[in-house]
Amino acid sequence: MNLKKLFDGRRLVIGVPFVWLILFFLLPFAIVLKISFTLADVAIPPYTEILTYADQQLDIALNFGNYLMFTEDTLYLDAYLGSLKIATVSTLACLLIGYPMAYAIARARKDLQTVLLLLIMMPTWTAILIRVYAWMGLLSTNGLINEFLMGIGLIDTPLRLLNTNFAVYLGIVYSYLPFMILPLFANLVKHDLTLLEAAADLGASRFTSFWRITVPLSKNGIIAGCMLVFIPAVGEFVIPELLGGPETLMIGRVLWQEFFNNRDWPVASALAVVMLLILIIPIVLFNKNQAKEMEGKL
Amino acid sequence: MRSLKFTNLMLVLGLVFIYLPMVILVIYSFNASRLVTVWGGWSVHWYTGLLDNAQLMGAVGRSLEIAFYTAISSVILGTLAAFVLTRIPRFRGRTLFGGIVTAPLVMPEVITGLSLLLLFVSMSQFIGWPRERGVMTIWIAHTSFCASYVAVVVSARLRELDLSIEEAAMDLGARPWKVFLLITIPMIAPSLAAGGMMSFALSLDDLVLASFVSGPGSTTLPMEVFSAVRLGVKPEINAIASLILLAVSLFTFLAWYFTRRAEKKRMEGLREAMESTTAESINERDVERFTAPPTNS
Repeated sequence: MNLKKLFDGRRLVIGVPFVWLILFFLLPFAIVLKISFTLADVAIPPYTEILTYADQQLDIALNFGNYLMFTEDTLYLDAYLGSLKIATVSTLACLLIGYPMAYAIARARKDLQTVLLLLIMMPTWTAILIRVYAWMGLLSTNGLINEFLMGIGLIDTPLRLLNTNFAVYLGIVYSYLPFMILPLFANLVKHDLTLLEAAADLGASRFTSFWRITVPLSKNGIIAGCMLVFIPAVGEFVIPELLGGPETLMIGRVLWQEFFNNRDWPVASALAVVMLLILIIPIVLFNKNQAKEMEGKL
Repeated sequence: MRSLKFTNLMLVLGLVFIYLPMVILVIYSFNASRLVTVWGGWSVHWYTGLLDNAQLMGAVGRSLEIAFYTAISSVILGTLAAFVLTRIPRFRGRTLFGGIVTAPLVMPEVITGLSLLLLFVSMSQFIGWPRERGVMTIWIAHTSFCASYVAVVVSARLRELDLSIEEAAMDLGARPWKVFLLITIPMIAPSLAAGGMMSFALSLDDLVLASFVSGPGSTTLPMEVFSAVRLGVKPEINAIASLILLAVSLFTFLAWYFTRRAEKKRMEGLREAMESTTAESINERDVERFTAPPTNS
């Protein structure tokens, strides 16, 4: 009877994905938290144990040093602030560019719409690495952009474009723009256009009806799009590594260096914990939004 | 009318912005010159050269293998998750479940990668598994995050589905798993295919997760490309990058095609249903069908 209950279909259906996600998504965070309180050590794995059992005595060695270091060494603070700034500015740029694009697609003819959507979707799942690499060639000192600018006589000497913060902004906007457009489109396409007609009949200008009807109605699309860009952009590694310069401080890059170059797993873990704490509010916001969307409450 | 023109202009400019760099990359991959910035005529030299690069080809094979496994497993896992989210309104831990299904969509990859690596290290310390990191651990990492994408795609489809068909089957005495396999699955098949293609593309493209959880000797294609790209732009990389773009675009196109076909079918079904309910003759036809002697078909 118990065995039957255990393998009852409903439980199995819920249980399989639930257990998988707890084991491979939630539990790992607990381990990151644990390791962030250890000390780096020359060992395999390269950190000290928190709990040690020796001489019939349980020793607990918690090390807060990794976190204290963040307040002492401004490198980490600067990296967090740099990441937040770059992510915020890029998100706003994506919104400003993406909103009109999503709007145009939502109002396009039905047959054109599917093709346009394909064109936007194509790059979302495709090769961020490759698309960033494409910009490396374009932005380099003797790349096409500099040659073009010199060709039309706008500049005499090539500009330094690659390995600058500008290139990082460009790269993030370029890579994440489709992620902004898709949720905005999904929202805008559902709008009831008669509302706009009613507003126009009542004497509202195009701008007023856009600002007071379309924008408020698309709130959920805006939230989803912004979160889809902002959250991953904060932890972005590939773009600052390939397009950024030495002055580009982003936390994803610092974490990578601590882990792979310095082999300091505890510090990398502590960096991840703090990043997660910063991102927890946007993530919860995104999840709530997404849950409503998934359950069809919108 | 003016604002409409503005948005259309933005759309065209935006698409040019998105596609021009890729087009230029592909064109330059056919450049005969070793200098990446000087055009030296057309050539497929760099493509044929790729075939001799055994290390690269090994990475390609490994990446395709992982992407294949990931596509299958994440479709299964993601569909189950989507089914739970759309069909089971109440159970303990539902909010948590919804949260951990969607969170991987936005979680920065460095965090997921690091946390999974630490999990694997701890597990091998305590239970001796996984003994070494490689294809298996990369597959697990990819499945976890691709399943979320599948869940989003499939749950969108499940929501649109007419529940009455499943209910009818259940009323007629079909067991829930039978309803799921014989009714639900065929109806959502196109989005399953789309989810599979999407997972394949995502897995083929991932650098950060794979870098964290791979072990020695299990370099994937993006890792191989990344280590070469770090040193600057090279014609060989242009060629392999173009091939990756082509492969991934193909899979995205297939994913799009499957969802579009499903959409078409659904619209046709809807139209038929509407026609048959509005037609006056429906009753007569039904009566005829019921009274007609059964044929041998």
